Amino acid sequence: MTRKKEKTVQENIRRKRVERIIHGIFLMLGLITVGCVLLITIYLVISGIPAMRTIGLKEFLFGQKWASTAAEPKFGILPFILTSIYGTAGAIVLGVPVGFFAAVYIAKIAKGKIKWLLQSAVGMLAGVPSVVYGLVGMMVLVPGIRKLFKVPDGASLLASIIVLAIMILPSIIKVSVTALESVPPEYEEASLAMGATPIETYFRVSVPSARSGIAAAVVLGVGRAIGEAMAVMMVAGNAPNMPTLFESVRFLTTAVASEMSYSSGLQRQALFSIALVLYFFIMLINAALNFFLKRGNVKQS
Amino acid sequence: MNASDNHNNETIISTKDLCVWYDDFQALIDVSMEIPEKSITALIGPSGCGKSTFLRTLNRMNDLIDCAKTTGNVYYRGQDIFQSSMEVSELRRHIGMVFQKPNPFPMSVYDNIAYGPRTHGIKSRAKLDDIVERSLRNAAIWEEVRDKLRQNALGLSGGQQQRLCIARALAVQPDVLLMDEPTSALDPISTTKIEELILQLKENYTIIIVTHNMQQALRISDGTAFFLLGDLIEYGSTDVIFSTPSDKRTEDYITGRFG
Ligand SMILES: Nc1ncnc2c1ncn2[C@@H]1O[C@H](COP(=O)(O)OP(=O)(O)O)[C@@H](O)[C@H]1O
Ligand SMILES: [Mg+2]
Repeated sequence: MTRKKEKTVQENIRRKRVERIIHGIFLMLGLITVGCVLLITIYLVISGIPAMRTIGLKEFLFGQKWASTAAEPKFGILPFILTSIYGTAGAIVLGVPVGFFAAVYIAKIAKGKIKWLLQSAVGMLAGVPSVVYGLVGMMVLVPGIRKLFKVPDGASLLASIIVLAIMILPSIIKVSVTALESVPPEYEEASLAMGATPIETYFRVSVPSARSGIAAAVVLGVGRAIGEAMAVMMVAGNAPNMPTLFESVRFLTTAVASEMSYSSGLQRQALFSIALVLYFFIMLINAALNFFLKRGNVKQS
Repeated sequence: MNASDNHNNETIISTKDLCVWYDDFQALIDVSMEIPEKSITALIGPSGCGKSTFLRTLNRMNDLIDCAKTTGNVYYRGQDIFQSSMEVSELRRHIGMVFQKPNPFPMSVYDNIAYGPRTHGIKSRAKLDDIVERSLRNAAIWEEVRDKLRQNALGLSGGQQQRLCIARALAVQPDVLLMDEPTSALDPISTTKIEELILQLKENYTIIIVTHNMQQALRISDGTAFFLLGDLIEYGSTDVIFSTPSDKRTEDYITGRFG
């Protein structure tokens, strides 16, 4: 009897030890992630600050002219900042309504094969590498815009907006569908049982119940759009103009990417500062995302 | 079968040879039943005998289940509810439903109650205010929530949530209320409150209630229907069913010998 007990006690001790080791491993893996984030942040801040100092923060952020290789170089990144903001906003304006209605359709209305087809299509859209989006945009969209609007060059803010809008669709749709599908069916049943039609129910009960998830989807789309480099590099034209719809523009991301390989000195430092500004935007968006996700959790509890 | 022996109310809902299948499984077998107006009818029977199925067929909520098939007839005030001319949303407006688990929307108390009327086109603020107050009073919860109309309904207690759901159902001025074990998730005090409420509602509404609680059926219902494995075994006035059931299986069930 007592020996048996002793055995189980030992067994328990052993299991607890294993538990603790596993716990430690997980903690370490988690800390690696945190470490990476910290390292990137510190590196970006350290390498991004000097140029801002030299150029002057105001001159850097609000200067309208970028001429990094001129005899008398100018390092104003307002064109990039505004291009990134306008480009992202445009993509959201185009992409969110399409993505939202598509999500409602997939989550609530579509059945069987059609639902499967749409979901696979969205999944595939998510898997397309951004260089392919850029390529198709370059071959189809850019000439299309040139002909349709009779502008000298189709590589423009408009082309970038359209490409970005399509690129953010899958994340918007997927996250919104997940949010809509996790609305408790009891809510919808209650609405239907009061004589609301299915469509009324989806828009007046399901969507409001999923709103924090849908908001998170939009913020995720914003994050994707503002951080995208490759595809916009191929369709934006890359001239550091102040943004207008039909002219070539340069984004924060492409500003870093397009000059990095041959830059040096202050120019190189300025590119790091641009990356820091971009990083700041992304952090802001992440904070917004966390805010919406947390609010969603609170609401459900 | 009918239970109108001891009251002369007109029939409001009747079913004739109603069968419901889920794929190949038959959940209701030739159920014919006449339910009198402004009375409380209890549906009893062991789990899985088809009570919820029967209830959900009456306002066509079972249409939502893809694999469900129905044959036979259901008449509401003489109209066949499966006729193509029957507007389902209109039917459900007349035949409201309260569910087993309280399911208020994650919105304010006010918006919960105003949801139905708004859906049916009422926009005037004054009218909505009026409906909200009246519905909450009718559901005996006005005093408890009058200062909380703007708060999220999910913050109420379970019993309050269920009365809120009843108020919400009343707000579209239904004719019939279907209740599927409305007190099974509640504590005894809330249950008593809801039973009292149901007895009051009988004045103006026809109530059909599924219950697992024999005492509850006995306390509140006028007629009782006993289901077993999809069959309507016995249906009659509650007094008779509970004192002198004519079927052995009914007796076994209400005396707790199975189920
Ligand atoms: N959606 C469904 N799909 C398949 N079978 C179902 C479904 N709903 C109910 N059933 C079956 O129909 C029978 C009756 O169910 P139900 O009406 O819920 O019984 P009760 O409410 O009396 O417990 C049960 O055997 C149940 O398993
Ligand atoms: Mg049931």
